[in-house]
Formats: sequence, C-alpha cells, structure tokens
Amino acid sequence: MSETTVVPEIRARAAARKAPSRRGPADHALVQLTMTRFREFRREPEALFWVFIFPILLAAGLGLAFRNRPADVLKIATVTPELAQSLRKDKLLDVQQLSTPAAEEALRTGKVALLAEPGPNGTVVYRYDDTNPEGRTARMLADRAVQRAAGRVDPVASADRLMREPGSRYIDFLIPGLLGMNLMGSAIWGMGFAIVDARRRKLMKRLIATPMPRHYYLLSFLFSRLVMLVIEVGFLLTFGVFVFKVPMRGSLADLVLLCVVTSLSFGALGLLIASRARTIEAASGLMNLVMMPMWIVSGVFFSAQRFPHVLQPVIKALPLTAAIDALRANMLQGAGLAQLSPELLVLAGWLVVCFPVALKLFRWR
Amino acid sequence: MLGSTPTAALRVRNLRKAYKDVVAVDGLELEVRTGECFGLLGPNGAGKTTTIEICEGLTDPDSGDVELLGMHWKSHAGELRQRLGIQLQETQLADKVTVMETIRLFRSFFRHGPATSEVIALVQLEEKMNARVGGLSGGQKQRLALACALVGDPDFLFLDEPTTGLDPQARRQLWELIEQFKLQGRTILLTTHYMDEAEQLCDRVAIMDHGKVIALGTPRELITSIGVEHMVEFSAGGAAKPLELTALRRMDGVRDVRAENGTIQLQVTELHRAVPALLAELARQGVTLTELRTHSATLEDVFVTLTGRRLREE
Repeated sequence: MSETTVVPEIRARAAARKAPSRRGPADHALVQLTMTRFREFRREPEALFWVFIFPILLAAGLGLAFRNRPADVLKIATVTPELAQSLRKDKLLDVQQLSTPAAEEALRTGKVALLAEPGPNGTVVYRYDDTNPEGRTARMLADRAVQRAAGRVDPVASADRLMREPGSRYIDFLIPGLLGMNLMGSAIWGMGFAIVDARRRKLMKRLIATPMPRHYYLLSFLFSRLVMLVIEVGFLLTFGVFVFKVPMRGSLADLVLLCVVTSLSFGALGLLIASRARTIEAASGLMNLVMMPMWIVSGVFFSAQRFPHVLQPVIKALPLTAAIDALRANMLQGAGLAQLSPELLVLAGWLVVCFPVALKLFRWR
Repeated sequence: MLGSTPTAALRVRNLRKAYKDVVAVDGLELEVRTGECFGLLGPNGAGKTTTIEICEGLTDPDSGDVELLGMHWKSHAGELRQRLGIQLQETQLADKVTVMETIRLFRSFFRHGPATSEVIALVQLEEKMNARVGGLSGGQKQRLALACALVGDPDFLFLDEPTTGLDPQARRQLWELIEQFKLQGRTILLTTHYMDEAEQLCDRVAIMDHGKVIALGTPRELITSIGVEHMVEFSAGGAAKPLELTALRRMDGVRDVRAENGTIQLQVTELHRAVPALLAELARQGVTLTELRTHSATLEDVFVTLTGRRLREE
C-alpha cells in the first residue's frame, strides 16, 4: 500500500466521523449494561428456578407440614346402641359400635382410645390406658357425653373463644424468614457468580479496555438487583398473603425500604466476596462459607433465641438476623422504622464497611 | 523529536516490565506510523502480549514511555479509550447474549461510531445477528470480537493474535477483513506467531524475542537481510555412517547448514546450483533421500536464523 492512496482515505474517515448518529436513551451505557444483566439472568433457567420457584416451594412445603390442624377427633368403641347414641352427641368423638370381642381387640391394638361398655346396675365402665393422654381425654369427653345424655345440666354456663388468627402461626413466622433468606441468596449469588464469571472469561478486562466508566459496571448490578427485588419480593409476598393469609401489618413503604437496605447490604457483601476470586469454585466456596452459618443461626426456620445466651450479641450482629427480625417486626407486629433502628443500623453498618473494602480490593482482570 | 517520523501514531521508548522473576519486556523501542499495519512477531512468551497491553493502557510498565496518538495514558486515558479499538487475546464474550445485543452494548460506551447494523455488516455477521454468542463458531466469535473493537470507529486498532486457534478458511476470512481496515486508513498494531499472517498483512514487522526487538523492517527487507532466498530441507535414510555436514557447507550457493530432529536444512542463495550439488554430494556419500523440500525464505527463517530456534515449538 503506497502513501498516496492512504492519505485521502484518512480524510474521508475524518469527514464520516462528524455525521451524527441517532441514539436514544436506551443506548446509554448504563441502560445497556443493566439490560445485559437482565438478559443473562432471564436466559438462565436455573437462576429463575432458585430465585422464584424455590422459595415458593419451600414455603408451600413447610407451610403444609406445620399447618395448624383442627383438634383431633378421638376414636372410641362401644358395644350397645344406647351408649353409641349418647356418645355420638359429642362431635369430638368418633364412635364405633362393635361386638365385645371386636371392641376388645380394637382397644388392645390401639385402633380406639377407649371402650365404653355397660356395667352392672345401669353404670358405665370405661376401659382405657391412663398413661396415654388420648385415652384420658377420651375418658373425659365420653363421660361428659354420657352424663349429658342422661340429663345432667352444667351449673356454670361457659363459652369458647378459639385462637387461630393469622399472625401467630408457623407460616407467619416462616414467610419473613424466607424473604430475608431470598434477599441474601439472590444478592450474593447474583452478584458473585456474574462478577467472577466475567472475570474468568476476561470479559471484565475487555470492558475496561473500552471507555466504559468502571462505576457503571458496578451500578448496573445495583440497578438490576433493585428491579429484580421488586419482582421476587412481590412474588413471595403475594403467595404468602393469598395462599396462607399471612398478615402485613406494617407500612408497605417501610417494608420496601427494609428490602432495599437489606439488598444493598447483601449486595455489598456479595461484591466483597467476589472482589478477588478468579474461579467459580473459589467464589462459591466463599459464598457458602458466608451464608451457611446465617441460614442456621439467623432465625429463618426457627427462632434465633434458641441459641445460647452468650452467642446472642454475635447472632444479632449478623446481617441476615437483622434483616429477618426487622421484616418479622414489620409484617407481624406492624413495627415502624423507629422501632427497627437497631436492625437498620446493623444492615447499614455492613453496607458501609463492605462496599469500600470491596472497591479497594476489586480485581478488574 | 529525536529524529522520529512526525506522523508516528505510537511511540514506545525504553519500555520495561518484569513479573516476579521473569522480565517480560526488556528495554523495548517501537514506532508505529500513522496508517500502517505493524506486526509484532515472536514466539509465545516473547513479551508481545505484555507490550500490547501496556500500549493499550491495561498494564502499567515498570519504566519507559508510551505515546499514543500524541497522548499519554496518565493524562488522557479517557480520550484515548474513545479512539482505540481493542481486541484482546482469549476474551470470551457473554454466551447468553446475542450478537446484536453484544455490539449494541459495546457501541454504548463510545461517543462516536457507526450504527450497530453497519458494524454487523462490516464483519459479515448479518445472518447470525440474533444468534447467541454461545452458539457461534470460533471464526464467528473472532469476527464478533473485531466488531466490538470497531464500534467506536477507532483511529488505532490493537489486535492481539486475532487468528490464533482458527481453521485456515476462517483465518483467510479474517485477513480479508483486516485488509479492509487498512484500506480505511486505520493504524493497526497486531501480534501474531504466524509468519504467513505477518507477511500477508503487515507493512512493517518487528520480531521480538525475550522482551526485545531483534529485527525490524518490512517483511521483504527482513527476509532479504538474512541473505538467503531459499531453504532446502531434506531427510536422509539408510546411511551407513553419519552425514558429513561440512561437505554440504562447502557446496556452491549454500550459506549455512543446520540439522534438527533428523532433518537437514540448507540456507541457499542460488537454488539452481545448490540442488544439483546436493544430489551429487548425497550420491557420493551413498545416502538415500527420503524427503526433499524447497521453499522461498520466510519470516520464520529469519527468526530461525536470528535465534537458532523456531517461532512455534511444536
């Protein structure tokens, strides 16, 4: 290539550059980076499962296992139609009328808790195992039914008020716990894996070879996290409220704020975990190391109070404990932000410590 | 300035970079003129990638000076980034994102540049526009990497081993693209360990070894500089006694002889005299030929002549 042909070409390029290109707000680097985050997430079916489906399955499964059942109906046996008729007046008794040998057999094998049979001179004999609580309950219910059928009137009238309101059941305890766990998992996994993968692929190095401002890259994670947050929190809460009638007594704005602060704290923690690792294996080991203890001690599935008293200050300083305590207080007790300030302080503390350290340590290549 | 060409797009002076106990770049001097395609040729580990990454502002040198488009990384990083096109060795773009989305993302980082569709047409990926990156062939991925380097309409293009690992057809296709960029007047610095690539694409070549430039010039100049035009290689079998290499060295038109893994290589100035002489000499020594090849001298031969080693140790 000779010099004479090259020079006019350069001029032609300089002229071409002046031509303005039509570009909308969607072509802003931050928008493009954030959209890329979404695309990568959306096109990863496993990620969708863990973030959306898994918490629902967990809530449904545990909610079913620990549901509050109506008081058990007790099975008892009797041998005469008259007794059977008297006993059936009590709805808590399931009365079978059997022949004497069959009834004795049923009692012996535990199929019924009690056998009621007529004794001499119009008396009634109850045969049951008095070491078995069911037997003792059956004895009281059966006798009450027999006495009432014979005309006894209770001297004091009484009424029952049943305590089965939403807010004190296991599922009510569980949903805020799962919410906190989900916020932690998606922030740490979501950031950790994406960052380490981009570093491993040298994609991060390629990005910093462009004029892309580096903070845009990190901000894109923040923005995509916040949008995702709305979707995943909405999903789990809608499920809890509609399927299990979990109460939401606190202000919704406070709840949103709590979720955002929680997400930011865990995002900073995720960034710190992913700040240096070069392989997915190293990063996932680190993530599990950080998250595993919190799954256990922070009160996702059972109260953190069960751990020894000396450990409580440590447990309370963990971000997941703070997040879950605050979410529970908001949803179940309707606590306001002022009451939640200790938890918010813990979360903010993790944020302001982890984020600058992560930025300092961050390895771009 | 220091007698260098006023139109130098890149000037590198006394560059030095060491990693732990390995000196990767050792007092390197380099000048790339505006509008030329300059090749850094050398074996793996010669310091090519370290050099190019220092020029790209991705690695800090221990000492030395890089002046790029009249600017320095310390003072003009932002402006430089806008005007450079960079293709790195071994970048894997995100698999789940499509070709179009990837180019649009990279385009969003630059103030000026062609439209996404233009860039796609330029690297001939129109048919794969909506395909995910994970499903592209090696050659297509490499063309996409080139597209990402072109989105800012760069004045200076850095290509680090653009065709390594590609099949011959894909390499040829990529060469055609790079030829086009040259026609558009862009300055290109490329590294390669394929001598045919350097001969095909580069106006000038610097051969690097152990972090230093050991030869510099046009491919033709470098080949001429070793004073041989042809190489004759042969393998001999069934000789009762070892070959007398000194006899070969004395033959007409032969400059040097070296033996390597059972193959003998002659550096030859005059093919028409050397080959008959060789056949006669082998007949005299009672040696049978199992293989005989001749080729015009290449940059590979230049490297072998200068260092006694091959570019690619297989």
